[in-house]
Amino acid sequence: MITKTRTTLFYVALLVISVAAPFVFPAYTFQIALLWIMILFAVTWDVMGGQMGYNSLGNILFFGMGMYISAIVQVGLFYDVGTYTAHSGAIVPVFSHDQYFTGLVAGIVAAGLGSVIIAALLSQVVFGLRGPYFAIGTLGIALSAGELIGAWEWVGGGGGIALPKYPGEPDGRSLLYYFLCFASAAASFMFFRWLYTTRFGLAINAIRDNEEKAEAMGLHTLQHKAVAWSLSAFFLGISGALFGNMTGFVEPLEVAFPTVTFGIFMVAMALLGGKGTLWGPVIGAVVFHVIKEVTWTHMLGWQWVALGGLIVINVVFFQQGLMGWAQDKWPERFGLVVDESMSAETKEAAK
Amino acid sequence: MMANIDLLAMAPVLNVQLLLDGLFIGAIFALAAYGLALVWGVMNIKNLAQGDFVIMGGYIAWFLGTQGIHPLVGLPVAIVLMFGFGWLVYRYIISYVIHRDMFTSLLATFGIALVLQQLLNLIFGPDVQVAKSGFEINSLFGGLVTVANIKFLSFILAGILAAMVILFMKKSRMGQAIRATAQDPRAAKVMGIDTDRVYAFTFSLNSAICGAAGALISMIWVIQPFYGITHSIRAFVIVTAAGLGNLPGVIMAGLGLGVAEQYGGFVLGAEFQQVTVTGLLVAVLLYRSYQMNKVRQVVQ
Amino acid sequence: MTSMIEVESVSKSYGGVVANRDISLTVEEGKITGLIGPNGSGKTTLFNSIVGYHPIDDGVIKFEGQEIQDLRVPQIARLGMVRTFQQTRIYNQMDCVNNMLISVPHRTSKFMDMFKPYAAELTERAEHLLEFVGLYQKRHLISGDLSFGQQKLLEFAMALMNEPKILLLDEPTAGINPTLINGLIDRLHRANEEMGVTLFVIEHNMRVIMNLAEHIYCLAHGEMLANGKPEELQNDQAVIDAYLGAH
Repeated sequence: MITKTRTTLFYVALLVISVAAPFVFPAYTFQIALLWIMILFAVTWDVMGGQMGYNSLGNILFFGMGMYISAIVQVGLFYDVGTYTAHSGAIVPVFSHDQYFTGLVAGIVAAGLGSVIIAALLSQVVFGLRGPYFAIGTLGIALSAGELIGAWEWVGGGGGIALPKYPGEPDGRSLLYYFLCFASAAASFMFFRWLYTTRFGLAINAIRDNEEKAEAMGLHTLQHKAVAWSLSAFFLGISGALFGNMTGFVEPLEVAFPTVTFGIFMVAMALLGGKGTLWGPVIGAVVFHVIKEVTWTHMLGWQWVALGGLIVINVVFFQQGLMGWAQDKWPERFGLVVDESMSAETKEAAK
Repeated sequence: MMANIDLLAMAPVLNVQLLLDGLFIGAIFALAAYGLALVWGVMNIKNLAQGDFVIMGGYIAWFLGTQGIHPLVGLPVAIVLMFGFGWLVYRYIISYVIHRDMFTSLLATFGIALVLQQLLNLIFGPDVQVAKSGFEINSLFGGLVTVANIKFLSFILAGILAAMVILFMKKSRMGQAIRATAQDPRAAKVMGIDTDRVYAFTFSLNSAICGAAGALISMIWVIQPFYGITHSIRAFVIVTAAGLGNLPGVIMAGLGLGVAEQYGGFVLGAEFQQVTVTGLLVAVLLYRSYQMNKVRQVVQ
Repeated sequence: MTSMIEVESVSKSYGGVVANRDISLTVEEGKITGLIGPNGSGKTTLFNSIVGYHPIDDGVIKFEGQEIQDLRVPQIARLGMVRTFQQTRIYNQMDCVNNMLISVPHRTSKFMDMFKPYAAELTERAEHLLEFVGLYQKRHLISGDLSFGQQKLLEFAMALMNEPKILLLDEPTAGINPTLINGLIDRLHRANEEMGVTLFVIEHNMRVIMNLAEHIYCLAHGEMLANGKPEELQNDQAVIDAYLGAH
């Protein structure tokens, strides 16, 4: 029986576990922080792909743009970016405590807002494409962005750009970014959870189910699509800024715009967990990330093959994802998570 | 960049070089694009692994080269092996996604692309390879323009292969069955055509075409496990620009893309050659979008 | 009597085929107007032209005096013109109530309205309209699970939810059980009289359209053949020939 207290307890438990994790498993802080980023990836992808029916293969664009925007702001506030990158890391300028943190805050904000602006602008042209053309088009944009930025000397070209060094102990650094990642992931999840309960949620589902009908009924479809993408972009941009700082060095194709790897993981995770559901992307991200981290080191080069294989198997044989499978198996138990997703499930379950 | 453009104007013979190289490689692009259009038109599968099939064909030819067999022999070998490979991929993966929504097939082929890239990387390593064909290099215009004989030969071979496929589609029974299924699968089934076999054959044929294209590319250009995605994008650009049923359009677009890339690489610099391709993809899609917009439709 | 829709010399071709040639008609406000004609006469093409689904080759289309032939589908819908589809279109993954809620009019909505929840009155209105078409008990079922006839009724209710000034109905009784057709005709009349919705209806069922419409236009081979009151058209030899000839 879903009750309000049960749900609240559930969230509180999650919160406690998440906050305690880096203290209980200090050696895994980075990996768990990465998990939060993965969750954010899956959640923001699902807004477009699962809820709205616009399968983007290029959402990684905003991750990379956010990373670069943040790097530029963090460095640029205090030093000339061109000169900085020209040194290619040979000369490491010092960032004072205040400079670091002002830069970080400014960088994160700029990354988020900058990504929103990019998404809003691109929306005007990219939403004339539907279905596979939208997927391939966004893929092309992400690939182009990575290559173009990789050729831009001002931000370090193919060599990349280094981020300011953290003024303090490595442990403090790990914890700071852990909590920033957790906060962003949690914020994105809670935000979209709320959004799906408003008219917006129903509208994007309508666009997914029958866009022509929605248009014929006067819905402002372009507006909704642009807003959905911009909101995803906002969170992705912030995650990029955080990740850039966590690794300390931004390389255009490997780190900022890993289109064929992380860009596709977003899709794979949402599919694995069950696209179009609230918790599906989260569950998918957790399962995916855990399997990946556990098997990666043992697979001696075969991990990517296994990953590709996993995607194929998921897409071909397990379309409904974990959530879909669970809903089929235990429709009554639908349960803990349904009260915030579409009302259709409770009606189905109650029947 | 401007300096390079001036160079082109001052030494017109350079244009000839770029044009020839562009045409030679463009012919192979057109071949691969035709295969993509075939699978797309008949089975409504957008094969994102197309480029990786090409690279795989290339490795077959290159591998034979390392074993002392001339890579040109690799051409028919690649065709046969890739045909079989395509059949397996159809049987065990594609046949399951063929009637699902388009994104499913896109993602499935993307997964295949990922697996292939990484497998090739594991087996052959990440180095860029060329299959040595040992043909001479001729020069025109007093040494200013070089034409590698193998490139010219490859151009001819690409043309012959394309002609063979087109003839096959027009005259053979299977070719007719394929065209019937493309137009109306249900009607074809009712008429007794085994559509599953048609699909398997079409996909394998495409795979064979890719194998041939790859063998040729390994000889006149380079192969590398991760270059596949760019080849896939090239094929998409060509098919989107030309339109699905438009064979002459595919040829023109393929040749045009080859030339455009040569110019892009020359004028903007080698690191921009890749961007030319992805940039053109975005440009073609946006142009299509604009075109459809004028008739109040969308690109889908 | 004001004209709600004025179609003036509209032509539309597809490739080499002329679907509509020099069509002119008027749909009067507050009335029910019919559009008939044998298969292939260009009725749906004309509908599609009016609602903005494709551009026209020639002519002018006016809605409440405003030229709309260059406007887009959503813009025209927001002006108050709603159409239903021959192959019923609904959001088949959602339940009926949600189908209704998403169909609220968007002409006056502001940007921030996107983020509000639906007011209780809207749900009430949705349920009231569902009751009007007889789907109240089924309101929480997934619309994709309804029967074809029920989906048509849902689509009709959704159209009414949009508070249209005019409703363009494309073969509203096609595929509906004959025993239910009278009920549908009755509801169409009520929508017109009680809710003040002007109706422009394509129909193949002669009994239905003759009972429904006050004025009828007949197309044949892409051209306007005849128009007038139902009794006039029933006795018009040209109309009879067009139908008999076509069969």
